[in-house]
Order: sequence, then C-alpha cells, then structure tokens
Amino acid sequence: MRATPKKLVAVLATAGLLTLTAACGGDSGSGGGGGDSADVEVFTWWAEGSEKEGLDALVKVFEEQNPDFNFVNGAVAGGAGSDAKNVLASRLQTNDPPATFQAHAGAELTDYIEQGQIEGLSDMYEEKGWNELFPEGLLERLQQDGEIYSVPSNIHRANVVWANPAVLKDAGLDPEATYDTLDDWIAALKKVDAAGKIPLSVATDWTQVHLLETVLLADLGPEGYSGLWDGSTDWSGPEVSDALDDYATLMDLTNTDRQSLDWPDATQLVIDGDAAFNVMGDWAEAAFASQDKTLGTDYMAFPVPGTDGVFDFLADSFTMPVNGPNPDGTEAWLDTVASAEGQEAFNKAKGSIPANLEAKTDDFGDYQQTAIESWQNDEIVSSLAHGAAASVSWLTDVTAAVAKFGSDGDVASLQEGLSAAAEKNQS
Amino acid sequence: MSTAVTTEALPEAKGTAPVRPASGNAVAMRTLKYALLLVFLCIVLMPAYVLFVTSFKGIGDATPTRAWRLPTEWETAGWQRAWETLAPALVRTFSMVIPAAIISALIGSMNGFVLSRWRFPGADIVFTLILFGMFIPYQAVMIPLVQLVQSLGVPSGVPSLILLHVVYGLPITTLIFRNYYAGVPHELIEAARVDGAGLLRTYASIILPISMPAFVVVLMWQFTSAWNDYLFALFFSNSRNGPVTISLNFLASGQLQDYSASMAGALIASVPTLLVYILLGRYFVGGLMAGSVKG
Amino acid sequence: MSTQTPAKPRQGYRTWGPPLLLITPTIIVLGVFVYGLIGANLNTSFQDRHTRGPAEGYVGFENYTALFSDDTFIYSLRNLVLYTGTFLVGTLVLGFLWAWLLERGARGESLFRAVYLFPMAVSFIASGVVWRWLLNNAEGDRASGLNRLFESLGLGFLQNPWWTDQRFGIMAIALPAVWQLTGYVMALFLAGFRGIPEELREAGRIDGASEWQLYRHVLFPQLSPVALSATIIIGHMSLKVFDLIMAIAGQTNYTTQVPATQMWVEFTRGDYAKSAAIGTVLLLIVAVLIVPYLVATYRQERRR
Repeated sequence: MRATPKKLVAVLATAGLLTLTAACGGDSGSGGGGGDSADVEVFTWWAEGSEKEGLDALVKVFEEQNPDFNFVNGAVAGGAGSDAKNVLASRLQTNDPPATFQAHAGAELTDYIEQGQIEGLSDMYEEKGWNELFPEGLLERLQQDGEIYSVPSNIHRANVVWANPAVLKDAGLDPEATYDTLDDWIAALKKVDAAGKIPLSVATDWTQVHLLETVLLADLGPEGYSGLWDGSTDWSGPEVSDALDDYATLMDLTNTDRQSLDWPDATQLVIDGDAAFNVMGDWAEAAFASQDKTLGTDYMAFPVPGTDGVFDFLADSFTMPVNGPNPDGTEAWLDTVASAEGQEAFNKAKGSIPANLEAKTDDFGDYQQTAIESWQNDEIVSSLAHGAAASVSWLTDVTAAVAKFGSDGDVASLQEGLSAAAEKNQS
Repeated sequence: MSTAVTTEALPEAKGTAPVRPASGNAVAMRTLKYALLLVFLCIVLMPAYVLFVTSFKGIGDATPTRAWRLPTEWETAGWQRAWETLAPALVRTFSMVIPAAIISALIGSMNGFVLSRWRFPGADIVFTLILFGMFIPYQAVMIPLVQLVQSLGVPSGVPSLILLHVVYGLPITTLIFRNYYAGVPHELIEAARVDGAGLLRTYASIILPISMPAFVVVLMWQFTSAWNDYLFALFFSNSRNGPVTISLNFLASGQLQDYSASMAGALIASVPTLLVYILLGRYFVGGLMAGSVKG
Repeated sequence: MSTQTPAKPRQGYRTWGPPLLLITPTIIVLGVFVYGLIGANLNTSFQDRHTRGPAEGYVGFENYTALFSDDTFIYSLRNLVLYTGTFLVGTLVLGFLWAWLLERGARGESLFRAVYLFPMAVSFIASGVVWRWLLNNAEGDRASGLNRLFESLGLGFLQNPWWTDQRFGIMAIALPAVWQLTGYVMALFLAGFRGIPEELREAGRIDGASEWQLYRHVLFPQLSPVALSATIIIGHMSLKVFDLIMAIAGQTNYTTQVPATQMWVEFTRGDYAKSAAIGTVLLLIVAVLIVPYLVATYRQERRR
C-alpha cells in the first residue's frame, strides 16, 4: 500500500485533466452558436408540450419557405422562461447573440432596447407591408417611442374566467349566467363558498398578479387600466383603492394552499370540481382539451366580469439582435413568423390565435374561434403579468407587493407598494 | 480534539455497555433508549419513503393528497422520464465534479504541507485569511465574480464551475490537509532533509505516499459539495449546460408538474453522493471533524 | 528548486523561500477571488448601478439606507434570524440527544448511524422536491404531506400552514435543514463522547457519582468545544440559506424571503448595486459569527 497511492494520484490527476479538456471542448461545440452562415439559431423557451408542437410546426413552414437556411433550435427549457431569460441576458452581454430570440411583445423589451441590444424594425414593417397585416391596436402597443422592435407570432388572452358548471349548479347558481360586474360575481362566489367548495382557485404569486390585473381592468376600465402604465392613472387614487378592495375580497374567496401550486394545479381544481372558477389566460384551454372536456358542457369560459368587450392581450414575438450572427437568416425567420402560413401552423398547434389578420382560422378549435372574434372586435389592452404592459423590473416590484399582500392581507400597504413600484419604474 | 484524529474512522464505542444485573430501572431505560432510536429512525426515513413510493406511481396516482399511500400499481415510467431529462446533466455533473475535486485536492495537499511544516513570516495570518475564504457567503462576491469569469473568457457551464469549485474549495482542502500533516512525525521529514531532498521532492517522496487517507476525505468532501451545489450553478450555468441540481429544480418546479418523475429525479440525482456516503461514510465523518473541529 | 547546500544554516529565504513560492499561487488566487472581489462588490454597492448597463457614478451609502428603510428587507433579516435559531437549536439538541443515545453503543448502532447520517449526502435541491410536498399547506379534505399524516394519525390539531405563515413560516423551512444536518451534528458529538478518556469515567465512578451526575459534571463539560464547532458550522451554513427556499417556496414567495433570495431576484432584474449591497450585508452578518472564531484560531496558531 505504500507505493500505489502515489501512482493512483498521478493517474487520477491525468484523468482529471483529460476530463477537463474534454469538458471544455464539448461545451464550446454546443454553446458557440453556428459559424455556418446558413444557420439560424432561434432562441426560445418553447421546449415542451403544446409550445414545442407549435414551434415544430413553425419550423416546418420556415424550412419550406427557406430551403437555404438551416434552423438551429436554441430552446432553453425550464422555469417558464425565467431560465431562458437569464441565459439570454448573459449571452447578449458577452456579445454572443442568437440570430433571433423570443420575448413577450411590449414593455418587456424595454431593457433590451435601453441596452441597445435589439434593432428597431419599423422600417422593415414599412417595407414589407406588415403594418397592414396586424391590427392597429396591437401595433400601437408594440411601439416604444414610436419604434417597433419585434414581430408578434401569436396572441393570448389573459382576462378569461374558467368555470365548472356542475359545481355552480350544486351551489344553486345558473351555470349559463355571465356577470356584468365584479360585485355580481362576488355574490355568486359567496354562494359557492357557502356550498363548501372553493369559489375561486388561484396559484402562486404570478397567478395572483394575473388576477389583480384583471380586477384592475374590470374596475378601472380599459382606459383607466392603460393609464396605469403611462402615468395618467394615479396608483394611489381612490379608484385603485376600490379595485384593490375588490381584489382583497376575491383573495378571501380563494384556496389557502395557493402558494404550493402553479397555474395547472389551480385550473385542475376547476376541472376536478373542487373549485367553481379560475381566472387564467387562454392557454388553460389546452388543459381542458387534453382531458377531453367540452366547452359549454364540461366547462365554461367567459371574460372576467366587468371586462366584456376588452381583450387583455399578451403576445410572444421575435427580435433582431444587434450584431446578430446572421441578419439575413434573422430576416427570413421574421418573414415566416409574420406570414399567414407561419401563424396558422404555429397557433393551431399551440392553441393561441394568430396576430396576422390574414391567417385562415376556419379549422381552429371552438374556444379559439371565440377568441379570434373578440380579437377582431374588442378593445385591446396590454397584460401586466406577461410582460406587455410593464418592464421586467416594474413587474418584479409589483409581484413582490402582491406576494406580500398574499401573506399579510394589508390593502393599504399593497397600494403603497404598487405606487412606489410605479414611481420607481415609470420614466 | 486533537488534530491527529484527522482521517481516522469514527471511533467505535469503547467496549460494550457494562453488563450489570438488570434492575427494573435499567430495563426501562434500555427500552426507552431503543424506542427513541426507532422513533427517530422512522422520522428520518419518512421523506425517503414518500420519495420512493411516489417515484413508482402513475400519473393519476402521484398526487400530493395520496402522498402516504403505496402505489396502486408500481410503474417505472416516472423513472424513465426523469432519466431522459437528467441523463445529460448527470454526465455534465460528473465531468465537472471529478476534475474539480481532484485539482482542488492536489493543490490543497501542497498548501497543507507547506503550512503545516514551514514557518515563513506571516504564515499565521496567511492561514487565517485563507480560512476566512471558507466561510464567506458567496453572495458577497457574486456580482463582480460573474463579471470576472466572463472577462476571463471562461465559458459558462462546466468550465466555469470547475474553476469556481477549485478556487473556493482551496480553503477547506488546505485546512484538512494541514491538520492531517500536522500529525506526521517530524523525524520523517527531517530524515529527508538530511538526505538533501528539496521541498518538492520531500513532498513527492515522503508526504504524498502517506496522504491517501486525507485524499479520500478531501475528494469526498469536494465531490459532495460540488455535486450538491446550486448557488454557483444558478449563476454560472443553465439547464442546457449546467449540473443536475439545475435540471432537477426545473423538473420539479416546472409548471406542468410531473410528480413521479420529480421524485425519481431527486433519487437519481442523489445516488452518487449516497453511494459515496455508504461506501466511505465513516472516513468522511472523521475527516470532517478534524477539518472543522479545531482544538 | 532543491536546496543542495546543506552546509549553510537553515535560515532566511532558503528555508521559507521555496514553500512560500509553492503556496503563492493559492495566495494570489484567493487574494483576488475572495478579498479582491469583496472589495469590488463593496465598490459596486456604493454605485448608482440599477440596470445591466455601466454605473452612473457613486451614491455613497444610499443603497444601504434604502435597503434598511425597506420593510421587506427588515422582514427578511428577521426571517434569517428565526431560521438560524430554529436550525441551530434543532440540530444541536437532536444531534446531542442522538449521540447520547448511541454513546455507549447500541445494538444495530451502525444502522442507526447510517440512517441518521444519510440525509446529509443529499442536496437541498433534491430534498426540497419531497419537502415541498410534506410541507404543503392545504388542510382538511385536500390536506397532503405532513398535514395529511397528522390528520390520519388523529393529530389534526397539529395541521398548520407551514411556510406560508407570515410570522413563523420561515421556521418550517428549517425543518428539512434540521432533518439533513442533525446526523452530522450527532457524528460530531459522538466523536466527542468517544474522545473522552475512559479514566475520567472510572474516576467519576470511584467517587461514587451516579450515572447522571457522571454525565452532568464530568462528560458534558468535555463536549463544549464540539458544541462550539457545531454552532460555527451550522450557523454559517444557516446564514447562507438559499437552495432550500428556492426548491420549496420559490424566489417570489414573501413569507420565506431572506437576504440571499432577495439578492438573486435583484440580480436577475439587473439591479447590480442593490444586489451587491445585500451581498455585503450578508457578509457582515456572517463575519459577526466567524471573525471571533478566526481570531481565536489565529491566536492559537501564534502559540503553536
């Protein structure tokens, strides 16, 4: 045993160095982004489920339209995009941008714009006639200081209530009923409460922000709600106080274990008949559909009471990074994303609706049809919880205030927190 | 606690419990003792039970409300899904942890040797300052560290993490080796010196061959702490190039929660460190003690 | 490198030169990565640098005053204290008890020891996966995890909201931490017990001390250095708590805010100055615990 350890250490050390070099070599191969000029690396967080199916469908169209380009999937899974955003931030900072990356359309782009990391696309919109492809209300909401920075691929609606008719019937409510105001709805929620079911299901912090945004929209109206983001509505005013009181009332009628859940669990409570209502974006539709539930019999979907005629939108979109590795490839990708064919293929698979007005949607699902109709007729406002209305930093502060409220239930301090967040982030 | 304990196994009880005529009181005490030991055993195993049974459950079966029940049907689908998700990350973790452990152990061994034998001016203060590096919260250096690693051009993922685990592992590896070498008889080294052997030769021919026990401890320690690290991994890698803790946390806290795969994944991610414990645990505890318990 | 001149007196740089050279790379690396970066971090914390862009000048202590006038940061400091208290008391008391139970040997000792120790091998992230379930705060019909167990054992009154409780929620996060580290503290105490010379016990018995008196007056005092070491180790781990909270409650949850999670949130949104300031505060807190210990070590080194 005396001599061997020395040899062993030497062997181990060599092995270690070999692994080290192997590891370095291996990584630079996968992480470097293509040197090949035909490669178009598309950075997304669509790595699983219906999102991945949507991306696959979009890629198919891209490859048909652009046989010369080679799609490289830069998807980063995990954390509903939070991991991807961190990776992206570090890549952009080290000047290693992908050909294009996914970002929520709207104010979430602010940070990238301020850092000079993405190109303005208004000229491209002009040149390619995209200004006619997309609804005016959307284009307005994509602009930052008169410039558009991304191409929307799909639209989701945030202000939707999902309901279980069986639970409503048991509570003595009309399952077909819709509610004109939050007050009417709250009265119904209280009946469900009396019947011993969860009136309104909600999940962890970001879904509470989502709920809050729809309540603000209901009580302030589309104009007042939009004013929250440009400073024309006072966060510390009495209208917001009233809305926050309503929010507090609603939160009292939710499940206590919300912090342990994410949105699919909260939606599942409605599907399973444990809860009567859930407020969630229309991606929840996929959860019902995948469990063979039928709209109108097994579940109901309607705009959050008080927001009928308003479409609280969020959109995924694609950008053109500054100093990108392959500007022509990026342009080709954006072309496909904007095109009617690309939007049809993508949205049908993902369960969202096309932003492009020319896309054919006859064979889309029942719920999607109603959303498309609203999209064309309703007033459009930007979602807070999903990056359309406020910058990342602002949303972080709002989420912190909402999370605190979820724990201490103090309305006054919630309003203070929200005003402070607005003051800090409104430039 | 003398530093000589360094890498000895955890000592056994000295002799057996004295055999005395069993008075009623003693029997009661014994019963109480074993009852307590068993109760604690069950409590400690409880989370392991939940992990284990849930990992074998089917989709509908694996819900939090049924946590304590046995699976209605034992399925391995969760294990398969977890394996598919985690396998690439496991490979990366091994390729990160093994070099990190070996390099930091080798350097630590040389440092420990130097600090245990040679008194240069300011050796005490140097040692104390190195020791401090063991305790700092890495949050206090993280912001500039991210920039430093980026400007050094070290790619994110495995290479960055190797660098960090080596650098921030140096204090503890140095400490453990130093305490171990302090127990090496002076005569051994003096003999080498009289032979005219220089520092490196003394190290290579005298010290290294007797260092195996300390290497076991240090390698185990570094292996486990790099394997289980999440903080550095979070700042310096992502789910595409990072270690298994990152992938596991995304698997477990994703929106579409797959409970049986999460639980299976937690078990899979723990197998290497558990094996290390089971095989070498006795040395580990003894070594940690010497590393940390100064006396 | 080799000193081939045995005739010269072994003094001056020939003695300490080569070893110093050998250790110099480590000194430089740690000098940069520990002390240099602590300095750089301090520097950032005094800057006006609230976006990913470069700093826009210095603001003195403004970031710190902002931090300490923020209720949520005060709350997270309070959480850290509560967590550390629970973690320390839990591991020390239980670890001591386990070691005491095993101290004189027991049938199946190695099994008990192995089981008590194994949680230490598991990462906080992996154990967080299961503790997320166990600490689920649903009660009644939908109860799961520990609440469900309590109910089925007829201990329904023990059901509680765990980590979502506003005042004491953070203490629930300490439960998995205690579960993981108690075995380690036990091992420390066990080695402490077994390091006590048998003669001490014998002497006590000859003096006619009862078993309890023997423990109380002879054996326990011998363990105080072990207790101190355990406090230092567990204490500094506890002050850095991060992984467990991320795995169980996530980064946005209010009731489990601690400085480390806030630091991460500020980092992800690019507020580097605030993030750096939180890091420095954390360093100072750890220093309160560690520096006295280091000074004592240093004094000991001098005497060596």
